[in-house]
Amino acid sequence: MKDALGSAQSLLILGGTSDIALATARRMAAGKTTRIVLAARPSARLDAAARELRAHGAEVETVAFDADAVEEHEKALGAVFAAGDIDVVLLAFGVLGDQASDEQDPVAAAKVAQTNYVGAVSSGLVCANALKKQGHGSLVVLSSVAGERARRANFIYGSTKAGLDAFAQGLGDSLHGSGVHVMVVRPGFVESKMTAGMEKAPLSTTPDAVAEAIVAGLRRGAEIVWVPAALRYVLSGLRHLPRPVFRKVAQR
Amino acid sequence: MPTDQYAPPAQPGRAAEDDDSGQGPRLLSGWGRTSPTVAQVLRPRTRAEAAEAVATAGPRGLIARGLGRSYGDPAQNAGGRVLDLTGLNRILSVDLETGLVTAEGGVSLHALMRALVPFGYFVPVTPGTRYVTVGGAIGSDIHGKNHHADSSFTRHVTSMDLLLADGTVRTITPESDPELFWATAGGMGLTGVVVSATIRMVPIETSRLAVDTFKLPNLDALMEKLAGTDADYRYTVAWMDCLAKGPKLGRALLDCGNFATLDQLPAKHRAEPLAFSAKPITSAPDLFPSGLLNRRTIAIANEVWYRKTPATHHHLASIGGFFHPLDGIRDWNRVYGRAGFVQYQFVVPFTADVTFRRMVERISRVQAPSFVSVLKRFGPGSPGYLSFPAQGWTLALDFPTGTPGLDRLLDWLDEQVLSEGGRVYLAKDARMAAAHLPAMYPRLGDFREVRAKVDPHGVFVSDQSRRLAV
Repeated sequence: MKDALGSAQSLLILGGTSDIALATARRMAAGKTTRIVLAARPSARLDAAARELRAHGAEVETVAFDADAVEEHEKALGAVFAAGDIDVVLLAFGVLGDQASDEQDPVAAAKVAQTNYVGAVSSGLVCANALKKQGHGSLVVLSSVAGERARRANFIYGSTKAGLDAFAQGLGDSLHGSGVHVMVVRPGFVESKMTAGMEKAPLSTTPDAVAEAIVAGLRRGAEIVWVPAALRYVLSGLRHLPRPVFRKVAQR
Repeated sequence: MPTDQYAPPAQPGRAAEDDDSGQGPRLLSGWGRTSPTVAQVLRPRTRAEAAEAVATAGPRGLIARGLGRSYGDPAQNAGGRVLDLTGLNRILSVDLETGLVTAEGGVSLHALMRALVPFGYFVPVTPGTRYVTVGGAIGSDIHGKNHHADSSFTRHVTSMDLLLADGTVRTITPESDPELFWATAGGMGLTGVVVSATIRMVPIETSRLAVDTFKLPNLDALMEKLAGTDADYRYTVAWMDCLAKGPKLGRALLDCGNFATLDQLPAKHRAEPLAFSAKPITSAPDLFPSGLLNRRTIAIANEVWYRKTPATHHHLASIGGFFHPLDGIRDWNRVYGRAGFVQYQFVVPFTADVTFRRMVERISRVQAPSFVSVLKRFGPGSPGYLSFPAQGWTLALDFPTGTPGLDRLLDWLDEQVLSEGGRVYLAKDARMAAAHLPAMYPRLGDFREVRAKVDPHGVFVSDQSRRLAV
């Protein structure tokens, strides 16, 4: 159960090897979180992540989970909830794709959409329904500023996050009053393994800063969290720029 | 027999889908308004309906709830059933010779006072609010300002009817079923539902209290005076200013009282010495911003309140004015805003006075603003396995949830309490680490043994019992 000051006892991470997810898990394990479930495709990296979190004193399990295999979501995640209440679900999986080559390879582009959007819709609903049944809990959805306004440079990825973001907001509203809380997190450019080798964008952030914002957002029951917080105002400006101006700005 | 006419709603829940009976899925939280969760609320009007609700509870179980005055999460059950017991609100029998009263579990102490104060009987123990039920008083084994003289509530319960997990009702007394009785006393509703109980009321000559108020300039003076007044007064309590620093650290007003005898009353009150009228004067609207009570506003309030009180004085007080000052404002918890507040009450043995002093110093140093800080000396504890009171100093504090560094402060206080063999009060707890429970409650093993026997499938479960792995 989440306590009066917003500390969770149990955490389920979908996409258990993402840098942001692990930074969040580390932070929560250092607090009062004692049960952590990492759901991801089995890998050495996943096992290493579990080992590292155990060293922080948490009880850690790994569960085989493939975002693309939507037919399996109910079974794989249902078993996690059956074993005990989950206070916080962090939906953290996602792929960046390769915009330039994906534009030439529609199948590859569809795969980005399949993972980031279709997989999230399915697993998000499975988790939301399980949380609703237990009458409490938070679902944290990792969106992105890239979904706020599509840019020439990454609109395939951006459009998947736009879809996910809209889905999560609607889901949050549908769960209002059910005891379940949905929090949408919109980080800017995050320096992580996903973006390794890319040029840093202005107001870039780190997995640790995103983790900190997630934990703080859970404490106050936030519905939307921007990381860094200033991006909220930057994006609200960008959103209203006329197209020709935006094209110019977004190129830079 | 008059029953409760002022029955506040099962509060402070917001109905997700409600009907007139208050039944259906509801978002429930404790009096501190933190950690709300949704449960299916059922409000039985008879024992049979209550038994039916228990027998058909689903996999997420059931917990009883009274007037929702526990501060944290013991009277809520996410995803399961909550039995709103305020429908079982009948006083079943009264014996004016012996002062024994049998009341249903949902009868409030307020209702007992309204019914019996005019006949010269007062409840044996009352907490800082009258709006708690008999069932809740047993489940939390509540204490009051007279703990040093009269111990806790369940010591005055001669018998109770407990609705068990299988839907049957068993009458238990401390003699017939000592294990189940003392597991239920302070057992946070986890052994069953108290559908009725017999309580030994205490005789009073008047409904007024003769009170001496002492103004004490610092913690040493306060602790010394408290130790010295226990023998002379049945009711003692100190209201401490937790924000005062340096030489003023721990300054307080100490209220000491006894029920007045008839000849202590002024002539105009002698015609009706047992008059009891206590109604909320006003209600707090749900409009307060969450940051209204903070270290600045509370420091100012404390200063004004300390200064306006004359040095040491004697006065006559009403039951409501002496025991339940906050009941004068209905829904006073709203003053903290939507973010709510956290109550924290601990007890440490008298030998831990150095640690105790260090704890008060730290609260003052970090300027954690506690609006109501109450210090008292407990007498020996009851045999209740999870009963809170134990001989020693007890301090109750309440902090707005938004207080910076509050979790660190409370974690640190937990450690001090543990190091001295003390404990934290479960009726107020909303954030303790589960790992501390066995050390704070050394009879937890006995409690679990009884619970495994009477409720092998774990029907009775609450958010708190999940959180603390009780």
